[in-house]
Amino acid sequence: MEKAIEVTDLVTHYGDRVILKGISFGIPRGKTTVILGGSGCGKSTLLKHLIGLLKPTSGNILINGKDTTVMSEDEFNEVRKKMGILFQGAALLNSMTLADNVALPIREHTKLEEPTIQIMVRMKLDLVGLSGFENFYPSQLSGGMKKRAGIARAMALDPEFLFFDEPSAGLDPVTAAGLDELIIKLRNVFKMTIVVVTHELASIFTIADCVIMLDLGEVLFAGPLDGLRASDHPRIRMFLERKPEEETYSPADYFRFIAGN
Amino acid sequence: MPVTAESLFGFIGRRTVSFLKNLHDAALLINNTFYWTFLSPFKGKPIRVRASISEMVKTGYNSVPIVAVISFFVGIILALQAAYQLRKVGALIYVANLVGVSITRELGPILTAIIVAGRSGSAFAAEIGSMKAAEEVDALVSMGINPVRFLVAPKLIALMIMLPALTIFSDFIGILGGLLLSKAALDINPYNYFQQTVNSLLIKDVMTGLVKAWAFGVVITVVGAYQGFKVEGGAEEVGRRTTASVVASIFLVIVFDLFFTTLFYYFT
Repeated sequence: MEKAIEVTDLVTHYGDRVILKGISFGIPRGKTTVILGGSGCGKSTLLKHLIGLLKPTSGNILINGKDTTVMSEDEFNEVRKKMGILFQGAALLNSMTLADNVALPIREHTKLEEPTIQIMVRMKLDLVGLSGFENFYPSQLSGGMKKRAGIARAMALDPEFLFFDEPSAGLDPVTAAGLDELIIKLRNVFKMTIVVVTHELASIFTIADCVIMLDLGEVLFAGPLDGLRASDHPRIRMFLERKPEEETYSPADYFRFIAGN
Repeated sequence: MPVTAESLFGFIGRRTVSFLKNLHDAALLINNTFYWTFLSPFKGKPIRVRASISEMVKTGYNSVPIVAVISFFVGIILALQAAYQLRKVGALIYVANLVGVSITRELGPILTAIIVAGRSGSAFAAEIGSMKAAEEVDALVSMGINPVRFLVAPKLIALMIMLPALTIFSDFIGILGGLLLSKAALDINPYNYFQQTVNSLLIKDVMTGLVKAWAFGVVITVVGAYQGFKVEGGAEEVGRRTTASVVASIFLVIVFDLFFTTLFYYFT
């Protein structure tokens, strides 16, 4: 399977704290890959590295065979035109209407005529089921609609790659399921390479082709979804069966811990 | 406590390191701001004209009433204070000179700058700060749009044009305030007052005021943007940074005022 994104030995720090401890994996082209793991395992950090918002301490990230960690900002901006990103809170610009938000990347990166841009915007909004909302401001929309609009903006330049940061966080199950369906549609219709960061079990089993599971800054599992289901690694089973962390303290240790010595 | 004694050098070191980092961030922002405002338009990345005009309306046009009222009152106050002393030597007509020179050289620019720092400097910090908190700045970067070009350059252009413009306006209103007070309370003929003002003012008095106003505009924009981009957390930090931006920009406006006044004293 052809790899669209390849990460090798990625090490990252927040201050002095190590977040990712030298992880390596590949993301296949034209598939939906889910990066999952518990809170604080470094999955959002990993996403920020993939889209170039953070620079790693060491390691390489190859996108379409080109190393993005050594690129200048201008070179990376060329790569970014092929990427669409949906942020956790959708991150629409609150001072602009939906139409302007979706048109923003088109206006910035192309020299298309205004009527063409308007048609493209209407197409993208229709694709995510928001036609008729062109002149609404983000603050007038519900959470699920904002995410859909965020997807429309991410799709504006017909990217090769789509990244989703916690698409179903904070949404009710029905809206979340609708969003999952949209993700599947995007992959099937546009053959995009989709990377989703999430910890929602339900959506993982619906949308994922491949899974990368992170735990404590290391890759616990990387491979197709069936492999994850069949895995008998205790941490993976805990995650899939929603078991809580085991008690880490004995009662005596706990007493010593709260007494402060 | 021994821990405190041990960590004295650590304390100094940490403070120094964070100070140098802040200095580096500020220098980088200034560099980027000037690059995206003055150089990139010649490299095929045009400035956002519509956004700049909308910023001009917000920062300039909308502050006209408050600038007018404050300048008018300060003109009256200056005339009264001047008359208080000049009456003793029977030189009341020199109220015109005093009001004219101090308004154009000093009070016009600095009053305008302080009003704009309070209105627009805080608004810049709050706007950019809340965009940072809501990942909107990250979204801009990920779309390949430089946030400094998108957000700061229009504000800089707006303030570089509007602050001198407001200053000229403030000069006029301040002098008008002095004139009306002199007519009403000091029995000076308005035409004589006007003549006296025109004769006492030099072109350079007005020009130095405008140079100052231009520099204040740059200072207010950069401080507001710097504090805005420094926001890492949520709403609470936006508030803190907004306050900090007003305090810092008023302070820096006065520092730059001192610098320019000294410069002009010796070199004009």
